[in-house]
Amino acid sequence: MSHSTRVLKSEWTKVRSVRSTVWTLATALLVSVGLGALICGVTASTFDDMSSSEQVTFDATYTSFAGMGIGQLAMIAFGVLIVSAEYSTGMIRNSLAAVPQRGTFLWSKVLIAGALVLVVGMVTSFCAFFLGQALLGSHGVGIGDEGVLRAVVGGGIYMALIAMFAVGITFVLRSPLLAFAILMPFFFLISNILGNVEATKKVGQYLPDQAGTTVMAVVPDTLNRPYGPWEGLLIMVAWTAAALLAGFFVLKKRDA
Amino acid sequence: MIELRDLTKRYGDKLAVDGLSFTVRPGTVTGFLGPNGAGKSTTMRMVLGLDEPTRGDVRIEGKRYAELREPLHSIGALLEAKGVHGGRRAHDHLLCLAQSNGIPERRVGEALEMVGLQDVARKRPKGFSLGMGQRLGIAAALLGDPRILMFDEPVNGLDPEGIHWIRTLMQQLAREGRTVFVSSHLMSEMAQTAEHLVVIGQGKLLADTSMSQFIAENSRTHVRVRTPEPERMRDLLTEAGLRPVPGAEGALEVDDGDAPRIGELAAAHGVVLHELSTQRASLEEAFMRLTAQSVEYHAAAPGGTHAPPVPQEGTAPHPGGPQSPPGAAQPPPAWGEDWQDRKGRRG
Repeated sequence: MSHSTRVLKSEWTKVRSVRSTVWTLATALLVSVGLGALICGVTASTFDDMSSSEQVTFDATYTSFAGMGIGQLAMIAFGVLIVSAEYSTGMIRNSLAAVPQRGTFLWSKVLIAGALVLVVGMVTSFCAFFLGQALLGSHGVGIGDEGVLRAVVGGGIYMALIAMFAVGITFVLRSPLLAFAILMPFFFLISNILGNVEATKKVGQYLPDQAGTTVMAVVPDTLNRPYGPWEGLLIMVAWTAAALLAGFFVLKKRDA
Repeated sequence: MIELRDLTKRYGDKLAVDGLSFTVRPGTVTGFLGPNGAGKSTTMRMVLGLDEPTRGDVRIEGKRYAELREPLHSIGALLEAKGVHGGRRAHDHLLCLAQSNGIPERRVGEALEMVGLQDVARKRPKGFSLGMGQRLGIAAALLGDPRILMFDEPVNGLDPEGIHWIRTLMQQLAREGRTVFVSSHLMSEMAQTAEHLVVIGQGKLLADTSMSQFIAENSRTHVRVRTPEPERMRDLLTEAGLRPVPGAEGALEVDDGDAPRIGELAAAHGVVLHELSTQRASLEEAFMRLTAQSVEYHAAAPGGTHAPPVPQEGTAPHPGGPQSPPGAAQPPPAWGEDWQDRKGRRG
């Protein structure tokens, strides 16, 4: 067994052996699906009250992902905790004493956490979609409709990317308090404001979550972005890569 | 074997570790002694490659730490901060460390048994007592059956039983031919465990010597004389070629004095004595004296690497010339006090 395989195995043991993993990921799934279902249910019962123009541009797929805005916060919490726990408990010293090749250590953690959040993200996205469409009834769409599968798969990738963005940022910040204090309000509120208020929209729409959510929209006018769905996701990938690289350089340079 | 060469760590404008060079050899327990903030923990973190030295380097069995593919087979360490996730069961904590170095899972059980934690293997360490936490940290250090073991303040906050256990363990590990490097800020602790001693103060090497040699060189004895006629007694002693210096409560102290001879001298001249006693300085005092000097003369370079520095001409801390016993007229500063002020928190 090669060295990196051993480190991967070790990181998997770390992830699966703490309760916060189950808690955060289960919360992400339940909140995203539950809140999405609630909003789909309400929308279905009030659909006839909507104006005809609203009805024409109604994006059933995007509506079923309405819970992800909150659910993603639990994904971020997962990303923050798997990294910050190393620092807050002092485990990082044991970890790096065992694996002095810091790159191997960080990328193994990223790979294990990334694979896990991708699986959970996909399950979340598909569950949210199917439950949402079932509740929307005749106003819903099918997975085979144009652009829908892309949106659902994209939703899963989005959830994984947001967690990995948090992983990268937390490797830079180290402190759980600092990471939560910056990431939570940012993705809950600030980026939404920056991405939607006219004055800041030009720049704000390129923020990671604002760009990433484009992939989940099927009706082109839903978000009204100057880039397409895949481009939007790509922008988010770039943000995540940048955050992880920043984390890598900080880990490499700074004393543990 | 651990070899340090000119190891230096600078934080801002503070030198936490200042040009340390020494070798920790196998088969004995080497005590690493210094007041809080002397740079012991920083040094140990540099040994493990956790902190990057500003200058100099460390070799583990001839290799740099980063060159060790699976370091737990070569060196196991218990650092001051336990470094255990409170929510990860003891078994899993050791398992993830073992897996990263290709250590078979059965070693986890063995290590837990070695430290007596087999019954709490499935428990989460946040409920552990301080002693149990230390044991878990030591189990982690023993996982890879390494030739080198390094413990940072292992007895801190332990009950007597725990202290005894760790002491015995370290001596046993050394007897098996391993290199055991253990830090402490308590001389009394080291005196009972270590055969070799490395003393640092303010990041500088103050002594690198065997414990027995340190004791021989540093356990000074003096005779304490109290009399209602101190002036006359002092003259008598000086005439006899002795060097009395004023001590506490109006007493006179004679370095390396011979109590019977002084008694006879007093009797011959009809001087009344209220006290005549031989005082033996404890090792703790000797250590405090050594490190207190490093506080007072932190600009002065320590002597050779194998001898504790002597106070230099004209810079002795007490009146009465360089030969006067320091610490007699005035007790050295209380433990750590001075250090904390000067050094800040790091180190």
